[in-house]
Amino acid sequence: MNDSIRHIFTIAKRELTGYFASPVAYVFIVIWLLLNGFFTFMLGGFFEIGEASLARPFFSWHPWLYLFLVPAAGMRLWSEERRLGTMELLLTMPVTAWQAIVGKFLASWLFLTIALTLTFPVVITVSVLGDADAGQVLAGYVGSALLAGGYLAVTSMTSAMTRNQVISFILSVVICFFLLLAGFEPVTTLLVQVVPASVVDLITSFSAYAHFLAFQKGLIDSRDVIYFGSLIGFALFCNGVIIRSLRAG
Amino acid sequence: MIKVENLVKNFGTKRAVAGVSFSVERGEVLGFLGPNGAGKSTTMRMITGFIPPTSGRVTVGGFDMVENPIPAKRLIGYLPENAPSYTDMTVYGFLSFAAELRGLRGEAKNRAVRRAVEMCFLEPVLHQSVDTLSKGYRHRTCFAQSIIHDPDILILDEPTDGLDPNQKHEVRNLIRRMGEKKAIIFSTHILEEVEAVCTRAIIIDRGQIVANGTPQELKQRSDTAGAVSVRVLGVAPEVIKSRLAELPAARKATVVKAEDGFVWARVYPQTSSRNSELARGVAEVVARESWKIEELHTEEGRLDEVFRSITWSETAQAAASGREQAK
Repeated sequence: MNDSIRHIFTIAKRELTGYFASPVAYVFIVIWLLLNGFFTFMLGGFFEIGEASLARPFFSWHPWLYLFLVPAAGMRLWSEERRLGTMELLLTMPVTAWQAIVGKFLASWLFLTIALTLTFPVVITVSVLGDADAGQVLAGYVGSALLAGGYLAVTSMTSAMTRNQVISFILSVVICFFLLLAGFEPVTTLLVQVVPASVVDLITSFSAYAHFLAFQKGLIDSRDVIYFGSLIGFALFCNGVIIRSLRAG
Repeated sequence: MIKVENLVKNFGTKRAVAGVSFSVERGEVLGFLGPNGAGKSTTMRMITGFIPPTSGRVTVGGFDMVENPIPAKRLIGYLPENAPSYTDMTVYGFLSFAAELRGLRGEAKNRAVRRAVEMCFLEPVLHQSVDTLSKGYRHRTCFAQSIIHDPDILILDEPTDGLDPNQKHEVRNLIRRMGEKKAIIFSTHILEEVEAVCTRAIIIDRGQIVANGTPQELKQRSDTAGAVSVRVLGVAPEVIKSRLAELPAARKATVVKAEDGFVWARVYPQTSSRNSELARGVAEVVARESWKIEELHTEEGRLDEVFRSITWSETAQAAASGREQAK
């Protein structure tokens, strides 16, 4: 067990230094922060709402921003290994495939969390201007980080499917878009007219959007945490199956 | 150290490796020969545990590669085909990453990296990013990775591919030196390399072993093995041919080349084993006829001839190399 953690740590460290060794990380962070600023203060109407809350003006944009940015950050995870041929090197080392999958995923997730943390000036702004609910802000951040993790696990899976990063990006955006739409209100109101309400509820319960929204109310509900945990677990499990079948030929 | 039993690998309906068995002990350097797409890389990938075999067993240092891969992989150093490495890392970063995955920490890691850097002459590029390196350096970086933990077993897929003649020479010396204490398998297209480095060679074609022996033994299977060559000045080719063919120990005689008054003739022995009787006979003919000769020697046979005569399947070759590329 000790060995596994060391291997995961070594692989994660390599992956994370890989991000910061190239301009990708910096470009990503700058774009992420610019978009966040633009959406929060221009489109979100942060000042006009007159509420000391981040839920609507800030966090509500994250599912849509992540939809493109998370696949962009994660699309190289496995497709690059396949393209360079380093997958053969990595998997003939004394490590298991799941150690490699988890290590790479954690590094990428940590990177996304770092980017998310860098939005802290918005927290300062809201606390200076009004009396923000610290618990709600924290729950919002936890929800946002979990959503990013869920998308990222899907991206990690799609990136194992192909050695082409563009294909991996598109596949991942499409899957994440479905996860999002299944709980998006305009879509569910449309669905109610076609199928029974119980089916709509079932579909909604699979949606990342519905579970994300729960966090924005300031609640860290175990059901929502379990949802994202199982989404990550399932996607990474599929990731493992894909890699196994690649090796089996 | 390495034991391979009835290894089979199918890709879809294509059979890439069809029942390969052999074993390699410490102190042996096994050369793996074969045309492109013969199944060399696939076999090596199964030995190193990258791909599971369809059937058959690989045992490394007593550990089954499928059932107990981690301890088996610990014993192996592997240089995959085309020597992949992480292009966004420095040589030093890449080698310490490999060392850490091999369980080396702290001072042990530094020592291992220093040793590998020295052995592969990577000092001048140690802090350069891999994607700025020439092919030779990249190749040696990946090679350094394979020996970083001083493994008992080395599996090298075309270790001299893309190197210049000096570097090839260095790598061959390195393999030969390490071969005294390790079990080494390496694949190559260069036949002189096999003669220079290997204690044993296996020729593989269409997924099957078609020859297995020391380079000497393999050369004996060559048509010219044991034949006597002679270069004579100023005698008609037909005369030379008929006189030599009359020798009792000779099977037949041919004129290889005739130019500028020189005739180069070759006499084949009755049996393909080396035959000193034949050389003596030729010398007697030369003396009796008072030919002026430039050269007379017994041929050892040629590995490339053996290779060509037992691996002939060109269409299978084209199909197989297409398959490898598609992978």
